[in-house]
Amino acid sequence: MTTAMHIANGIVDGPVSAVFAVLAVAALAFCVRKARNDLDERLAPMAGLVAAFIFAVQMLNFQVLPGVSGHLLGGTLAVILVGPWVGALCVSTVLIVQCLLFADGGLTALGLNITNMALLGTAAGYLLVAGLLRILPKTSFGLAVTAFVASVISVVVASQGFVLEYALGGTTELSLPWVSGTMAGVHVLIGIGEGLIAATTVATVAKVRPDLVYALRRFRKPAVAPELGVKA
Amino acid sequence: MTKRLGWFLAGGLLVALLLAGVVSNFASSSPDGLDATAREGCTFNDEGEITGGTCIAQQEGEHQLGDSPLADYGIRGIGNSFLSTFIAGTAGVLITFGVGAGLFWVARRKRQDA
Repeated sequence: MTTAMHIANGIVDGPVSAVFAVLAVAALAFCVRKARNDLDERLAPMAGLVAAFIFAVQMLNFQVLPGVSGHLLGGTLAVILVGPWVGALCVSTVLIVQCLLFADGGLTALGLNITNMALLGTAAGYLLVAGLLRILPKTSFGLAVTAFVASVISVVVASQGFVLEYALGGTTELSLPWVSGTMAGVHVLIGIGEGLIAATTVATVAKVRPDLVYALRRFRKPAVAPELGVKA
Repeated sequence: MTKRLGWFLAGGLLVALLLAGVVSNFASSSPDGLDATAREGCTFNDEGEITGGTCIAQQEGEHQLGDSPLADYGIRGIGNSFLSTFIAGTAGVLITFGVGAGLFWVARRKRQDA
């Protein structure tokens, strides 16, 4: 049966979970403010589709090692298709639906999961995509390479978010270097799987409807200043 | 919303429905990266209960909403696992699309401002 890479209840203690819940709410509120600049009548339904697609693909666990599987997290994919702010909100929507309706990812741990997958993963994906698209061609091939590389790294970054939370409030005493190394190692493999899925998806959308790919419309200006892209 | 965008969205949703409803039946059932890391160091019995050792998953608690009718991506009470996953997966895609598109539509920038 499908399980997802979401932190369950009890693995990180209550106070630390609560701190990350507050952090997640604050960050999401900020994302909503920034996202409003991007959300027009075309991007709003597209963002709904991206969220639904990420939900679907998160059900597709693929084998990465004997006895170990993984699935896409979706931050990089979302950044490329709908931008960083809306993208973070898309992944959060998926995590909230999974937690409340599918009992996937603890309710207490929701802030931890949003921080890792929707915030850290998406932020890393965004910085990498914006950087890579300054040197790679803005074609469906360039976009596919960007999606692959950014996905691999963003998944490993998200996995280290868990290590940080575990370091702060882990309820068991395991060696942190061991947790960090094990998580990073397995998530490089998961990231490669995610990268292939994300690359295929964005290359397909870029071929069918390049005008719907946020990264192709908005990331032509200097990458570090997203405000400049508002009216691109 | 234009007709062309409507077709694209319909096509995309169909792909998502097929992935979640059908392809998901062929997904790996092994523990995922996080879960596998959390279980490392412990021994487990056939029911998946910890029987010994030290691992991250030791303090893992039950999900507060574990009794949800859609819990664990199946429909409680449906014995056929293909059907159960199909309904849960397609319901999840439609709900996520509905919630997402609805909220994003409400939050969108109206033409006059910005």
